Amino acid sequence: MSTTMSFRSSLLRPLAVAALAFGLAAPALAADGHGTPKPPREEWSFAGPFGTFDQAQVQRGFQVFKEVCASCHAAHLFSFRNLAQPGGPSFSEAQAKAVAESYQVQDGPNDAGDMFDRPGRLSDRWPSPFPNEQAARASNGGAYPPDFSTLAKARTYEVGFPGFLIDIFTQYQENGVDYIHALLVGYEEPPEGFALPEGAHYNKYFPGHAIKMPQPLSDGQVTYTDGTPETLDQYSRDVTAFMMWMAEPHLEARKRIGFQVMIFLIIFAGLLYFTKKKVWKSVGH
Amino acid sequence: MQLEAIEGRVDRVPRGRLPVSRERSTPRRDGLAEAAVTGSRGKETIVAATETAGTTRRDFLYIATGAMGAVGAAALVWPFVSQLQPDASVLAMSTTEVDLTSIAEGQMVTVKWRGKPVFVWNRTEKDIAEAKETQLSALLDPIARNANLAADAPATDENRAGEGHEKWLVVIGICTHLGCVPIGHSGEYDGWFCPCHGSEYDTAGRVRRGPAPTNLDIPPYQFVSDTKISIG
Amino acid sequence: MSGHSTFEPKHPALKWFESRLPLVGLIHSSFVAYPTPRNLNYWWTFGGILSLMLVCQIVSGVVLAMHYTPHITLAFDSVEHIMRDVSYGWLIRYIHANGASMFFIAVYIHMFRGLYYGSYKAPREVLWILGCIIYLLMMATAFMGYVLPWGQMSFWGATVITNLFSAFPVVGPTIVEWLWGGFSVDNATLNRFFSLHYLLPFMIAGVVVLHVWALHVVGQNNPTGVEPKSPKDTVPFTPYATIKDGFGMVCFLIFFAWFLFYIPNYLGHADNYIPANPLVTPAHIVPEWYYLPFYAMLRAVPDKLGGVLTMFGAIIVLFFVPWLDTSKVRSGVYRPLFKQFFWIWVVVCIGLGWLGSKPAEGGYVIAGRILTIYYFAHFLIILPLLGLFEKPKAVPASITEAVLGKNKGAAPASAGVSAPQTKG
Repeated sequence: MSTTMSFRSSLLRPLAVAALAFGLAAPALAADGHGTPKPPREEWSFAGPFGTFDQAQVQRGFQVFKEVCASCHAAHLFSFRNLAQPGGPSFSEAQAKAVAESYQVQDGPNDAGDMFDRPGRLSDRWPSPFPNEQAARASNGGAYPPDFSTLAKARTYEVGFPGFLIDIFTQYQENGVDYIHALLVGYEEPPEGFALPEGAHYNKYFPGHAIKMPQPLSDGQVTYTDGTPETLDQYSRDVTAFMMWMAEPHLEARKRIGFQVMIFLIIFAGLLYFTKKKVWKSVGH
Repeated sequence: MQLEAIEGRVDRVPRGRLPVSRERSTPRRDGLAEAAVTGSRGKETIVAATETAGTTRRDFLYIATGAMGAVGAAALVWPFVSQLQPDASVLAMSTTEVDLTSIAEGQMVTVKWRGKPVFVWNRTEKDIAEAKETQLSALLDPIARNANLAADAPATDENRAGEGHEKWLVVIGICTHLGCVPIGHSGEYDGWFCPCHGSEYDTAGRVRRGPAPTNLDIPPYQFVSDTKISIG
Repeated sequence: MSGHSTFEPKHPALKWFESRLPLVGLIHSSFVAYPTPRNLNYWWTFGGILSLMLVCQIVSGVVLAMHYTPHITLAFDSVEHIMRDVSYGWLIRYIHANGASMFFIAVYIHMFRGLYYGSYKAPREVLWILGCIIYLLMMATAFMGYVLPWGQMSFWGATVITNLFSAFPVVGPTIVEWLWGGFSVDNATLNRFFSLHYLLPFMIAGVVVLHVWALHVVGQNNPTGVEPKSPKDTVPFTPYATIKDGFGMVCFLIFFAWFLFYIPNYLGHADNYIPANPLVTPAHIVPEWYYLPFYAMLRAVPDKLGGVLTMFGAIIVLFFVPWLDTSKVRSGVYRPLFKQFFWIWVVVCIGLGWLGSKPAEGGYVIAGRILTIYYFAHFLIILPLLGLFEKPKAVPASITEAVLGKNKGAAPASAGVSAPQTKG
């Protein structure tokens, strides 16, 4: 044990010095090329070690997605059955079925060799608004509205030093949703002298600021039935929470099982530590 | 005593091969340290090591640690076994719809449901009469094997054909022997003949000649309308 | 693994079996009776941890291969299918993805430990070189595994790394086409990478067996670097090392579980959740963190071939460390100057890693060049010269002497604990 101790002190001191040296050097070297501000960090119900989705919020988010976003954005990994699975909006199976049946889904070929439309079933994927990427681009001024399936995990921003190290300990994983929310509420008038390209819109948080998507959400656009304020900010938070669930549908199970595993491992490590002490008791080392 | 144990072990150390007698006696001295790792020899060692009051506490510690490890290993195995089951997307692929209008009398069509062939047969009067005349005692398997009925329903033609639509026979087209697809309109009993091992089925899909042990299974299905069924 | 077994079966059935295949005896002599220095510290538990990680990666990988589809139109969706629909698929996929990083964390600690305590010095040169080969195989395996999800980073990482080989004169372009099986990274590339990604871990396992064999022939090094001289210097592997390794493993698993369950995407790249698009390169292409130091060296050299050679050279040089270090003293504990240079070198490696994640421009490139030169200077200049000029501290006569001296000085209260030694 004492060897470990002495080694530890000789090991950790230089490491601490190294960390300090980098702490001082980093700001000098880190030159942020573009003038895009970092998105503010928001409060999310699913953040942290015990985070869970707010079922009502994810249901509202689904409503916003269905009524607004889905007219341009696909979600090809998302199936109607997902609406009824636990750990998300958790609609009843009947509700999910009703949603599915309100959509026409292409099936086939039938015996005559033709494709045909029929009402959706739970096993069907969410129908895409465009048949392919080219069609989507053609209808959206050349820009491709990204698929929503994994989008909340596919977006991030650079945290920089030393924040990226601190995030390990605070378990900050919400880079994607913070960015998406900031983007949705980040539309503004372009500042003096900013040359906005034709067909683009100014967004404070979009890298380069010129985004092809017009402001998608605004106050009062979607009617909520549960009395939640119908504001841009609320819509944005709700749909972003929904997107997080769509990108990571087993997030709740992951954190729940994670806690159980952690407790187990810590107790096991404690037992092993004392067993090890007993075994080594009479051996100097 | 401990030192003696250590001393008694090796002469030239970095070899990895040890003289028989000395090595053998070494680790055992430390009583339960050995037991914790080998487990199986625990009992005799526990009996042997009852000299001090600390021993029982040590026993408990070793047993608790070993048990904890066993529990952890068992829990870890579960996800790796669980992943073998049909996944959520497979489970959701449940229903197949069949339009009956295009199936002429006497015609038999094959549709795919859950990756398996399902025979939909528009039976003639003769076929139905043949099936009805057959006594239950003449059957190899007297159970209906109809997923829409109770598990012990008898294999009468009523229990095999569509409910209220006795013309229609819907069966999973897989021989109950070893999974081949039987050939329709053939064999001595006018139903199916399995080319693999010669099993024969009658006009109600009931096995009449081995080696197949049971009647052709009837999948869960229902008549959505008089001209359409939904399987699954 | 080490010749004659000392295991004596009592049960007749076991006796019958042992006389035909001495399997239990082999395990007994390798993992039970094997003498291990009594003074090993916790940095020595990383060998066991690495074995655990190799098993973890192989088991989870075999399971993932049951659900994965190696085709460019299906690969991304099949990985997401694992994440969404397969029972516990998310867990197994995150184990595999984060497990790769944990594997590298453990291997880097293992290598740094070996370099600090001189574990590469005679008679352990072959042991060290086998370890370097394992490291190379790990890099290849991890690289090909990262391509399989067929996200943006998969695709562009594969493109950039395979293009490294185009730097070689004359044959370069042909090599690259043969690596690809086409004129760009495409379906043929994905298929062969999948095949090799499945094969290489078993080759790693094979070299690991050689590595352990070599270890059991020459015996373990220890913090003093003094070879065990009497039986007093060692303890049997079981229970002493097994229980200590077990404790080390579970502590490492806690660290692993933190990433796995709470920040499973921290070590990955957001871009890899975008399906591969051969027409659009992501804004910042960055390899996985464990390649970053080498990536920084690649970019530090303005010449294409020079950069590639520098990068490969950084790994090749490790193979020659046993002969580049001229010191008579093995352990860094007794080498005051070496100790300082060692830690400078560690900081340089971390610095190179940090630079590898930064854009290749301005001050970053200059810093990258300085650190790259230092990295090579450490091995090619400092190590050989240190052995000639350094005045080492007094090395203890034996492990036991080192242990007892420390116990007396540092912890007089624990005299009772070490009583058996004083008695003898």
